[in-house]
Amino acid sequence: MFVAVEMVDTVRIPPWNFQRQFNEAIAEELNKKLANKVVYQVGLCICLYDITKLEDSYIFPGDGASHTKVHFRYVVFHPFLDEILVGKIKYCSQEGVHVSLGFFDDIVIPPESLQQPAKFDEAEQVWVWEYETDEGAHDLYMDQGEDIRFRITDEVFLDTSPTGPSAAATNTPAAPGAEEGGQKKEAPYTLLGTISEPGLGLLSWWNS
Amino acid sequence: MLSNYEVYQLLTDLKEQRKDSGKNKHSAGQQNLNTIMYETLKYLSKTPCSRQNPETVKNFLTTMVPHKLTKAEKLQLLNHRPETAVEIQLMVEESEERLSEEQIEELIQKVTDVLPGDPEQEGATPSNETEMEEGIDQ
Repeated sequence: MFVAVEMVDTVRIPPWNFQRQFNEAIAEELNKKLANKVVYQVGLCICLYDITKLEDSYIFPGDGASHTKVHFRYVVFHPFLDEILVGKIKYCSQEGVHVSLGFFDDIVIPPESLQQPAKFDEAEQVWVWEYETDEGAHDLYMDQGEDIRFRITDEVFLDTSPTGPSAAATNTPAAPGAEEGGQKKEAPYTLLGTISEPGLGLLSWWNS
Repeated sequence: MLSNYEVYQLLTDLKEQRKDSGKNKHSAGQQNLNTIMYETLKYLSKTPCSRQNPETVKNFLTTMVPHKLTKAEKLQLLNHRPETAVEIQLMVEESEERLSEEQIEELIQKVTDVLPGDPEQEGATPSNETEMEEGIDQ
């Protein structure tokens, strides 16, 4: 689930932090920059693992802060393909079942990867597995808050860096709630999963 | 690759450190770190890794040597502590060809023996091991 990724970055320590332990100041700056953020093509950064190398610090004209090139390793959430994970169902929609891990929310299990046959109950907004046995069909509901075991099938990274003023006439609402203004917030890192294998799906289905 | 236990240990140590140093963890810049640490610890504390320690992990890896599993498979077994054959088949690739039924049973037995389980779960359904231990005490 987690990987230690080696990274290199130049860290700026402002002068008012010069009295602190150097390593602590570096660690704090790195965590401030990367914790809980998605790095494109890498994953969700959790926290600093360790600092491997500190190069010389420089002070540039016009800026009183020190700049240091730091080699470090960062704990990143980046499950590998086919890994099994357990999460909670956040909600169901036409796009599939949305699963959350608490610290990471953008996991979707599309309808074709559900245990077949499956149907979407519009009234209750849940996906249902129509499980057939000799006695008849059981409807197994995928309710909100249930623990679910799934396998990772794909990951999608989206570059959400700002693109600059767009030429098309887009409304730029003054209020921070931008969803109504026609701008959709894209998740920078989405995971796709499947539960169409024996043992996958709600934990309650398989714990006799 | 890091096991859940290593990340859990790192975050708990970091939390202790930050608790001691006190003053500036509520500043705007630290909020992200606080959020991700809290959520990740919350998630990990409900998984088997919260009951592991360096010896159990070392023992686990030693007992897994004869089974010739890949690093990814051993990592998943360590993180999930599977108790049923179905779970083993999910985590071990091509398990029908590589492992016989007895070997799968052996694997489950080793996993549940070496890795500590959920005390609440085991209190409700006592396994053979605890019954045997109680027998010896009596």
